[in-house]
Amino acid sequence: MNWLLEPFTYGFMQRGFAAAVIVGVLCAIIGVYIVLRGMAFMGDAMAHAILPGVAIAYLLKGNLLVGALVASLIVAGGITLFSRKGSIKEDTAIGIFFAAALSLGVAIISGVHSYAVDLSHILFGNVLGVSSMDLLVTALLAVTVLAVILVLYKPFLVISFDPVLAATLRMPTETLRGVLLVLIALTVVISMQTVGVGLVAAMLVTPAAAAYLLARRLPAMFLISAAIGAISGASGLLLSYYLNIASGSAIVLFATFIFFLAYLFAPQKGVLTRRWRRLV
Amino acid sequence: MNHTLPIDPARLEFRNVSVKYGSRHAIEDVSIQVPHGARGAVVGPNGAGKSTLFKALVSLLPLDTGNIYIHGRPLGHHLDCVAYVPQREEVDWHFPVTVRDVVMMGRYGRLGLLKQPGQKDRTAVDRALQQMEIDHLSNRSIQDLSGGQQQRVFLARALAQQPHILVMDEPFNGVDAITRDATLRLLKDLTTRDVTMMVSTHDFLLAREHFDLVLLINRKVIAFGTPVEVFTTEHVSLAFQSQMMLIDGALVVDQCCGDEEHTHIHGGEE
Repeated sequence: MNWLLEPFTYGFMQRGFAAAVIVGVLCAIIGVYIVLRGMAFMGDAMAHAILPGVAIAYLLKGNLLVGALVASLIVAGGITLFSRKGSIKEDTAIGIFFAAALSLGVAIISGVHSYAVDLSHILFGNVLGVSSMDLLVTALLAVTVLAVILVLYKPFLVISFDPVLAATLRMPTETLRGVLLVLIALTVVISMQTVGVGLVAAMLVTPAAAAYLLARRLPAMFLISAAIGAISGASGLLLSYYLNIASGSAIVLFATFIFFLAYLFAPQKGVLTRRWRRLV
Repeated sequence: MNHTLPIDPARLEFRNVSVKYGSRHAIEDVSIQVPHGARGAVVGPNGAGKSTLFKALVSLLPLDTGNIYIHGRPLGHHLDCVAYVPQREEVDWHFPVTVRDVVMMGRYGRLGLLKQPGQKDRTAVDRALQQMEIDHLSNRSIQDLSGGQQQRVFLARALAQQPHILVMDEPFNGVDAITRDATLRLLKDLTTRDVTMMVSTHDFLLAREHFDLVLLINRKVIAFGTPVEVFTTEHVSLAFQSQMMLIDGALVVDQCCGDEEHTHIHGGEE
C-alpha cells in the first residue's frame, strides 16, 4: 500500500487529489442533465467560451475564476436570448457564440508574450497547482451547485423528461432552463483548473453516459455517475503521478475506460451482455 | 355563423380564438361552449388545427386573438385544473424513470416546485395506476413498455392530476384493444365525476358513439353540436373536401395520418 500513499506526503498532491474528486463528482452530476437533455454541445461551448474571460482577467491581473464566471454567464445568456426569439436554432446559436468566444480568447492571449505556459494550463488544467484558497473556493462552489440541484430535483426532472407537462403545470420553464445553464457554467469554471477547458466537456458527458447505461432510475443514475466521476478523478490523478502524464488527460481517459466497460458489460444495455443473453 | 350551443352553465368557452403559426392562421375565430362534464370529440383533417386548439387551451401556444374561459375566467386563473395527454411521440421513452415516477409527475402541479410528495399524493398515484390497469408495471422502466402501456401511463398521470378538464390528443391512434377500452372506460368514468373532456380522433364512429358533442374543424369551426347534428354529408364534405367520397350513400373519408400510419378508411354513413 505504501506506493499508493507515497504521493500524499506532498501537500500539493493532497490538494490536487481533493480537487480532482470534487470536480469529478460535480461534473458527473450536472452531466446527467447534459446527457439526458442532449446538451453535450452546449457543455463544450460553455467550456471554450470562458477563455476570453480568463484571458482578460489575466491581462488585468484579476482573479481568473471571476473572469471565467463572468464570461460563461454572458455566453449562457447570449445563447438563451438568441435562440429564444425563435429566429435561429439553439445549436446554431451555440456554434456562433462558441467559436466567437474561443477566437476572442485566443486573440487576446496571443497578443500577450509568454502566453504558452498559461494557455496550456487553461486548456488542459493544472491540478497540482491548486492552492488551499482555490480548494476552498472549489468546494464552496461545488456544494452550492449540488444544493441547487437537490432543491430543484422535481422541476428539473419534468423540464428534462416532458417540457410540455412542465408548461401545462405552469412551471417557470424558461427560468429553470436558465438556472440549469448557470449551473453548467459554474461547473465548467470550477473544473477549469483541474481538467482544463479542453477536457471539461468529456467529464461532463462521459461518466453520465456510462451511468445512463447502468441505471434504471434517475436517482441511481446520479449516484452511479458521481461514483464514476470520483473514481476517475482519483485514479486519473494517481496514474498521472506514476506515468508522469498530464492529469486532465489521465482523468478523462480513465472515465472513458469505465464508459467502455459499461458499454460492453452493462447488465441491461451492454452490447456483449445482450449478445450473450441471445446465445443462452 | 354562430356555432355556440345554448347550454348553461358553460364551463369551457372559446371566444373568437385565433392562433397563428408564423404568418398563417392555424385556427381562426373559434367560438364554442362546452358544458361542464361533457365529452367533446374534435374531428377534422390533418393540419386542421386540432393539436393547435389543445395547445392553446393548455397555454403552450399564445392566442393571437380572442380568449379562452374556464369556469368563466380567462386562462391563467385556474392553474392546475387542465390536464393534457400529448401524443406519445412527444417524450423520450428512454428516459431513466419508472412508470410510477411518471405518474407522480402529475402531482407536481399541486406540490409546487419544492414540496415533497406525501401520503395523499402516493394514494392518488396508486389509484390512477390501478384504474389504468398498470399497477403491476409501476416499478418498470418506461422504455420496457408497449405503445398501449405508454399511453396508459400518460392517462394515469392525467388522472393523478385530478383535473377539471382533460385534453387528449389522438389517444386512439395506433393503440391496442386493451388500451382503447381502458381509455373509453376512463371517459365514461370521468363523466360521472364531472370532468370535461376534449379528445381529438380520426375515428368518426367512435366519436359518434362515445361523445356528447363533436367539434368538426378545418382551421375554422365547420360544425359544433351533437354527433347527429354534426355528421351530415354537407358538414363532412366541407371539412374534408377532396379527401371525401360518397359511395352508395356512405360517406368515406381518406385520412392519411402522416408518418406512422398508412391510409385508413373510416366509414361514417349518413
